[in-house]
Amino acid sequence: MRIVKIIALVLLVAFVGIQFVPTERNQNESVPATDFMLVNDIPKNIENKLKTSCYDCHSNNTQYPWYNKIQPAAWFLEDHITEGKSELNFSEWDLLSNRRKASKLRSIIKQIESGEMPLDSYTLIHKDAEFSEEDKITIIQWMTQLKTNL
Amino acid sequence: MKNLKVTTAILVIAFIGFTAMSCKDGKKEVSNDEMHSEMNHDNSDGHHDGEENEMAMSDDQNGSSENILKDYFNLKDALVADDESKGKELGAILVESLDNLDVSKYTDDQKSELNDIIVDATEHAEHISESPMEHQREHFKILSKDVTDMVAITGTENTLYEQFCPMYDKGSAWLSMSKDVKNPYYGSKMLTCGKVQKEIN
Repeated sequence: MRIVKIIALVLLVAFVGIQFVPTERNQNESVPATDFMLVNDIPKNIENKLKTSCYDCHSNNTQYPWYNKIQPAAWFLEDHITEGKSELNFSEWDLLSNRRKASKLRSIIKQIESGEMPLDSYTLIHKDAEFSEEDKITIIQWMTQLKTNL
Repeated sequence: MKNLKVTTAILVIAFIGFTAMSCKDGKKEVSNDEMHSEMNHDNSDGHHDGEENEMAMSDDQNGSSENILKDYFNLKDALVADDESKGKELGAILVESLDNLDVSKYTDDQKSELNDIIVDATEHAEHISESPMEHQREHFKILSKDVTDMVAITGTENTLYEQFCPMYDKGSAWLSMSKDVKNPYYGSKMLTCGKVQKEIN
């Protein structure tokens, strides 16, 4: 029994300890002129959907959930955001050449089509981020159009 | 008394933990040092003129677009053969040869176009290096366009054939050293689907 108590105590100490490790916040005051929504003429419904479903991990501005204040959840989120932004950052969209935009749009279309994005671990908590079949069709159509017109 | 024991136990565990961590760090430092000394060693060996020349030559070879083409064709052959693990391996090799391309001899416009092509192609080669066959082929399609655009700038010593399969993903092209059509998008399923649509050089 004593061993269990000791282990519990060690875990508690470790848990309290890691709360003091700082994480970087992905938040910015202003939206840069290179943002996907500013350089493209995008219908409002698609804009809202993309902002809700993609922008937390694929832009310079994350709407953090309450549990981001608690480790190790904050690390998990930080990792996802860093990785998400390195694959695709909507805030810096217009810095890409047309060749790169075409590649990114292809990936966006493929991953929405296959349901790979948004991630299940994300939609599990963010129910409103899920794409309905209708959303998928609308967004893919619009993205395909954008790709052809590059 | 009991509290004291518990506290001691925690301290011991914490101590062991820290020691283990610092051991890791210590090892890292040692290996860094080893690397440094090896590098120094290499430098001191580089005095022989012959060796230096050889190195310069192989560097030149490394940075050429022919090297990228060679790795691209190897990758294409792996896709033709439906060989997923070979495809991954060759995708990773292509990432390296793309990274090594020396653009210094081109004009500024060509340089920026080439760099753009390289960044894009690298992304697709990276995906190929970690994806199943079906995905490898999707990325190979865009990679092929990148490599074709590269050849338009760099040229090549060999005659290449741009081939085209109207069935895969609304029509897809690739490059080959041979006139014979061997389809990298379908492999054994439809090996000879496609035609030569252009001769380069």
